[in-house]
Amino acid sequence: MAIIIIGGGVVGLSVAYGLLKQGKDVVVLDGADDDFRASRGNFGLVWVQGKGENAPHYAVWSRRSSELWTDFADDLLKETGVDVSFSKIGGVDYFIDEVELAERIKSLNSLRDALNDDYPFEVLDHDELKKRVPEIGSKVVGGVYSPMDGHVNPLSLLRALSIAVRNAGGTIMTGVRVVDTQAKDRDFSAVLADGTRIVGEGLVLAAGLGAVGLGKKLGFQVPIRPQQGQVLITEKLPFFLHYPSGTLRQVNEGGVQIGASKAEIGLDDVEDIATSAGLAQHAIDVFPHLGKAKLVRSWAALRIMSPDGLPIYQRSPKVLGAAFMTCHSGITLAAAHARLMPDWILERNTAPDVSQFSEGRFRV
Amino acid sequence: MHPDFDIIIIGAGPAGMSAAIEAAKHGASVCILDEQASGGGQIYRNVSNSKQDQVDILGKDYLAGRQYVDGLRHDRILHRAGVTVWKVDKAGTVVFSDAGRAEQIRGRHIILASGAMERAVPLPGWTLPGVLTAGAAQILMKSGSIVTRDAVLVGSGPLLYLVATQLLAAGAAPKALVETQTRRDLIAALPHLAKALRDWKQLFKGVRMIAALKWAGVPRFKAASDIAIEGEENAEAVRFRAGGKDHCIDTNIVLLHQGVVPNTQISRSLGLEHHYDHTQRCFHPVIDEFGQASHPMFSIAGDGAGIGGAKVAALSGRICALNALARIKKISGGERDKRVRRLETSKRTELSIRPFLDTLYPPPQSVLLPQDETIICRCEEVTAGDIRRYAKLGCKGPNQTKSFGRSGMGPCQGRFCGLTVTEILAAETGETQDAVGSYRIRAPLKPVTLAELAALAETNEKEAAE
Amino acid sequence: MFESFDKSDPGRTLSFTYAGKSISAKPGMSVAAALLTHGVTAFRGTPVSGAARGPFCMMGACYDCLVLIDGVTVQACLTPVHEGLVVERVPITSEDA
Repeated sequence: MAIIIIGGGVVGLSVAYGLLKQGKDVVVLDGADDDFRASRGNFGLVWVQGKGENAPHYAVWSRRSSELWTDFADDLLKETGVDVSFSKIGGVDYFIDEVELAERIKSLNSLRDALNDDYPFEVLDHDELKKRVPEIGSKVVGGVYSPMDGHVNPLSLLRALSIAVRNAGGTIMTGVRVVDTQAKDRDFSAVLADGTRIVGEGLVLAAGLGAVGLGKKLGFQVPIRPQQGQVLITEKLPFFLHYPSGTLRQVNEGGVQIGASKAEIGLDDVEDIATSAGLAQHAIDVFPHLGKAKLVRSWAALRIMSPDGLPIYQRSPKVLGAAFMTCHSGITLAAAHARLMPDWILERNTAPDVSQFSEGRFRV
Repeated sequence: MHPDFDIIIIGAGPAGMSAAIEAAKHGASVCILDEQASGGGQIYRNVSNSKQDQVDILGKDYLAGRQYVDGLRHDRILHRAGVTVWKVDKAGTVVFSDAGRAEQIRGRHIILASGAMERAVPLPGWTLPGVLTAGAAQILMKSGSIVTRDAVLVGSGPLLYLVATQLLAAGAAPKALVETQTRRDLIAALPHLAKALRDWKQLFKGVRMIAALKWAGVPRFKAASDIAIEGEENAEAVRFRAGGKDHCIDTNIVLLHQGVVPNTQISRSLGLEHHYDHTQRCFHPVIDEFGQASHPMFSIAGDGAGIGGAKVAALSGRICALNALARIKKISGGERDKRVRRLETSKRTELSIRPFLDTLYPPPQSVLLPQDETIICRCEEVTAGDIRRYAKLGCKGPNQTKSFGRSGMGPCQGRFCGLTVTEILAAETGETQDAVGSYRIRAPLKPVTLAELAALAETNEKEAAE
Repeated sequence: MFESFDKSDPGRTLSFTYAGKSISAKPGMSVAAALLTHGVTAFRGTPVSGAARGPFCMMGACYDCLVLIDGVTVQACLTPVHEGLVVERVPITSEDA
C-alpha cells in the first residue's frame, strides 16, 4: 500500500521523491490549476544567511539542506534530464540603509556565536562590493556575502520532481480536491470531491494553505496563515548578475527577478501598484541601469507562515502514521525534505531530530 | 483617490469612440485611452489623416470611421492618444504610460473596448520574418501607405478577401490565396444563409470581392491542407496540399488570417467571468444585454465582447455608454432600457450574417490543434508537442503548463498562445475549454520600464500623506 | 516586397538610423513600416534560440518587432519615426551564459 501525500507542490513532491527512493509507494494528490500555489510563485532561492535569528536550529537545518542541494540537483538531472539550474556561488544581500546593514551584521554575528563560529559570511563595504558586482549604484552602502547561499529555477524544480516521482513509479493525481480523510489502525483513506477514495498505509499532509481544512481532523493544530509576497520579473537581459540576493536575482533564462514584499492581507493574491512600485525602486537603487529594463510580469503569491515563521513538522498525536509538513521555504528545504524527512515519516531511528519544529512550541 | 472622470473608456475603435460620444452627449465626463496616435482602432486606423490614394484603395467603409473620430472633439471628452494601459483594478483605477511616464486615473465606471486581435495561426514556419498577419498588411496600407507585393495570403475569412482586393486596387496583386475552408464548411454554413440574407448588402460585398479576385486572375486554392512556410532567415515559399496535389509557391511575404478573436487581456486580468463560444472558437467575457460584465464597475463593448464587426461594435459602444450612464445615475434605468431597445434591434440585424460567416470560415483543426513540432508560444518558443508532454505529466490547465514550460511568460503575455494552449489541453484531457480555463493575466498588461513603475511609488506616497 | 504607394509630397522625408545605417522614411510612419520598405524584415534574434524575427501583427500585440531606442526595448510598430532617431538591435541574451 502507498503513502498518501496530500499536496503536489514542491514540499509534497520532494517528500514523495524521497519516499520512493526508500522503496515506498506513494500517491500524490494535487489540486486545481487556479489553486493558491506557493510552488509556482516563489523566488527560487536556496538561502541560508540571516535565517533563524533567535532560532539557530533553523539556521542549521537550512544549511544542512543547502549542503545536500548539489547532489540533489545532480540526481534530478540524471533521473529526469531536467537541469534545475542550481547554482551555489554564494549570495550577496545589498543594503541601501546603514541601519539595516548594521542590524543584519548584528544578527549574523549572534548566529555565528551560537553556531561555534561555523557560519561563514563576509561584510563588504561599497567599494569592496563594487569590485565583485560592478553594476551596483551609489546608494548601496554595503552588503553581506555568504558562500552558503545559492539559487535554482523553482519551476524547473517543480517539473523535475514531477517527472522524477513518475519515473520512480509514484502516482500523481492532478486536478483533484481532497474533501475528507479517514484513518483506522494505519489504514488511511482520502476522499476526493467526486467521491473517489484513495487508500494508503500512511498519510503526509503537505497541502500548504489547504492543510487548514484537513488538518484538525487528523489531530494537527495547523497554526498557519497566508502572507502575500509580490515578485517582479524583467525582460531577458544580457547576463550581469552572478550572485543572487534575497531581493534580486537573474534567473537562468535571463530575466531579473525582484522580490519580495510581505503583506498580511489574508487570501488575496492580487498584485498592487504601491507594492510593485516599491520593489521596482529597490531594484533601481541597487542597480540603476535596471531603470531602463522592461518589467514583463509581476505576480503575487501566498507564503505559508507559521507563528514564528519556521517550518512545522508534526506527527499526529491522535492518528498513528499521519504527518504534517509545512514551511515557507520549500525550495531551500527541498533537498532535506527529499533526503532526510522520509526517515522521519517512516518513524525510523535514523530520522533527523526535528522535534524543535513540532507544533508543541506554539502551545501556551 | 477621487474619481477623475465619470467614465473611462479603454480603446478608441468604433466601440470606444461611439461609447464616448454617447456618454458625453448625456453630460458625462469621459476619458478615452488608446494606444494609437489618432482614433479609429484597427478598423478605422489613421482614418482622420488618410490621403486620397489610401481612401481609393481602402474603400467607402473605411471612410465611415471619420464621423466617430470627429465626434471625439467634444468638451467633455478627453482623448488620450498614444498611451498604453497596463493595469486596471476593481476600484476603477486605470494605470497607463504616456511617453515613458506612468499615470493613474480613476473613473466611476469603466468601459472596456479593447477590440479584437487576429487569431494565432500556428503553422510550421509562422515565426519567420516576412510572415505577417493579413491585418498587419492592412495596417501598413492604412498608416504607412505601404503595400505588400507578390504576397501569398493563407487562411480563411472575409478579411482575407478584403485585404486581397485592397492590394489588387493598389496595383499589388497577391500571388495567390491559399484558403482552408472546405466544402463541408460550406454545407454546414448553408442553414445560416437565410438569416444572413437579412444583411444581403454585406453578403453582396463578399461576392463582389471574390469576383474581383477571379477577374484579376489571382489563383485561389481551396480546402488547402498540410500548409507549411519554408525559409531560413525569411519566408521563401508556401508549401501545401490542395485538390489532391502538392503545391509550392515561392514568396517572400506570407499573410496569415483565420479570423479575429476578442482581446480579453484586461477582462481576464480583472478576473471577470468568461465563457467559451463554440461557434467563434474563443472565449467571450460574460456580459448582459446592456454590456454589463460580471463586476458592476465594468461594461464591455465591441469585438472585445465577441466578434460582430465595426457596425455592431459602434452600437454596442452606445449601449454600454447608456448602461454606464444609468449606473452613475446620469440617466434613469427606464431611459436606458428605452434607448437600448432601439439599438438592440439594429444590432441584431447587423449580427445576422455572423453565424453564416463563422461557420463558413472556421479555423481548421490543424490551426486549433497544431502538430507537435509547431511553435505555439512565439515568445518562449514552446511547441504544441511540449504542451502535450506537460499534459501527460498531469498538467490540466494553462497555468500549470505555463509553469512547466514557460508558454505565455513572454512579453506578449500569452496573447498569441493562450487559446491554442487551452484547445490542446482540452483535447488532451477530454475536458471542455471552460473547464480547462485560461492564463491568469496580471499587470503589467504590457511591459513597462522599472523606472516608470518606480515613479508611481512617489505618487502613492504623496497620496498617502494627503 | 514592401512598397510605398504614397505619391504625395515626395520631398518630405526624414532620416533615422537603424543598426548604424541611415534609413529614410515619411513622417507619420512607424519604425517597423519604415524598415520593411527598406527590405529589413528581421529586426532581432530571439533570446531563447536566436531565431530571426520581425514584425508580425503590426498592432502592438506580438512583441516580435522589438528594437532598442535609448536603451529601452520598444515595439517598432508602435514607435513613430522622427528625424535623427537612433534605433539599435536588441542585444542578444543567451540562456545559462
